[in-house]
Parts: sequence; C-alpha cells; structure tokens
Amino acid sequence: MSAGVGVVGVYVRDQEEALGFYVEKLGFRVHTDVGKGEYRWLTVQHPEQPSFQLGLFTPQPPTLDAATAQTVREIVAKGAMPPLVLVVGDCRAAYDEMRGRGVEFTQEPIDRYGSVDAGFRDPSGNGWKMIEARRTST
Amino acid sequence: MPDDATATPLDPDLLRRLLRAKDRMDAAPHEDWPVPRLARVSGASEAHFARSFRDAFGVPPHRYLLTRRIERATALLRDTELPVTEIAFRAGWNSLGTFGRTFRDVKGESPGEFRARARRAPFGLEQVPGCYVSAAHRPDLRISVSEKRRAERGR
Repeated sequence: MSAGVGVVGVYVRDQEEALGFYVEKLGFRVHTDVGKGEYRWLTVQHPEQPSFQLGLFTPQPPTLDAATAQTVREIVAKGAMPPLVLVVGDCRAAYDEMRGRGVEFTQEPIDRYGSVDAGFRDPSGNGWKMIEARRTST
Repeated sequence: MPDDATATPLDPDLLRRLLRAKDRMDAAPHEDWPVPRLARVSGASEAHFARSFRDAFGVPPHRYLLTRRIERATALLRDTELPVTEIAFRAGWNSLGTFGRTFRDVKGESPGEFRARARRAPFGLEQVPGCYVSAAHRPDLRISVSEKRRAERGR
C-alpha cells in the first residue's frame, strides 16, 4: 500500500505494560521501538496487517506539559478515549484464548446484527470491541 | 445540584479501578449493584466509593446504572418482540409498574409508546457497532429521576 493511514496511536499509562499486553496477550508484533530514554516511539502491528501500526504512547512531558499529561492519563483511565475495533475470524475462539491469557473482558461474546462481538480493555483503560468478520459468501 | 467541575486531579489508578465498576454495571445492568459490591470491584472503600465514582464519571453510581437499564430496555423494546413485562425483568426491574413509571419519567413516553414510535422510524445504522448506537441513545440523566418528577409536578 502506498497511500493511506499508517499509524494511529493510543495513549497508555506505561509502555512496558502496554507492550506486554499487545504482544503477549493480543499477539501483535513490535514494529518500531526506539528512544528508550525520555521519549520512546513504540508501535505494534497486527500480524495480518503489515500496512498499519498501532502506536503505544505515554502522555508525558516534553510532548505534553505536565498538567495536560495528567488530564490525558485521567481520561484514558476513565475509558473515555474513542472506540477501537479489532476484527477477528472467530470471536468466541478469540475470547476463550485471550481470556485464558488474562485479558480483561468487559463483555462476553454476543450474537447480534448477524455477527458476534465482545469487549475488552487494555491495562490503561482503552476499550476495544472485538467483532467477528461478517461472512460475505452465502 | 449542578455537576460542578472537578478541579482536583484524580489518581489515574483509582479511576482505572472505578472504570472496572462501571464496566461491570455495563455488562450486567439487570443485576443488583449495591455499593459494597461496586466498592469491592474497584478495590475502593465503601465510604468513598459513591463520591469517587461521581467525581470520575459525573453521575452517582446508581443513576448511572439507571441509564444503562433504560438503555437496555430501550434496545429490547426497539429490536425484539419480547413482551414489556419480560423486558422490565431483563433490564433489572422486579415490577412492571415501577419500570413503566420510571421509563416514562426518563423518556417522556411509556414503553409501549416508545416501541411503536421506534418501529416507525428505523435507525438505519447497520454499519455502526451496535453497542455504540445503543450508547449514543442512552439517557443523559443530569438530575435524578425524583428531581425530574418534582420539577415536572411544579410546572
């Protein structure tokens, strides 16, 4: 892919914790991990989606001033960041597997609108909806 | 009482745990959620839970729960053929009378009236994940139902 969305970031409270979650529990891969000092650029990738990176960033100075960083941490912890959607082939199987790895589910798989969806959160509070890909063939 | 701004910084770790209580109510709004149970989920003290929850999410925990119950009842009325009695039960009410009264207080129409109106005006939002459509139609209860009742009687 030559044009399109390349990186979308989520704010996390702790990059090391987020890395463990997205890689070990969700099965993402590390794409870029640089600058381990004050500022760390960390992105992960879904194994089946090489053209897209999910950034795991901490709200902190110097990118944000301390007061704004605190506000962002509060917003993330309150689950007020916008929805994220993970598409899977089999929602129930993914639920069982991820739950076994300790993912905090907020909603068990439910059949609705011709699909199955479940909900989980990352350790920081970002909310994910996990939706089974609709079968396009009959 | 207006929802005054919360100027004092809140501990993100506490907020994250309070969010867990909110998530649990979201997942099972039909269940009973007494404060000790919610406080336990959050690892917070019972004495401070309700205040902390209100500071975090702008509404007291039980008013929040009511919005979720109304949201669930609304969705069931719109999307299913279940009898109203069954919907009241599934949304967390033990009595049809209380459900009908509370629903009318919040939505301004009876469950039956709402159902008839929703059927005439389909949402057409198949491309939006269902829970977000549902959340967008959640009642915004800035005052309690009892306050709302008093205000309406005074008119």
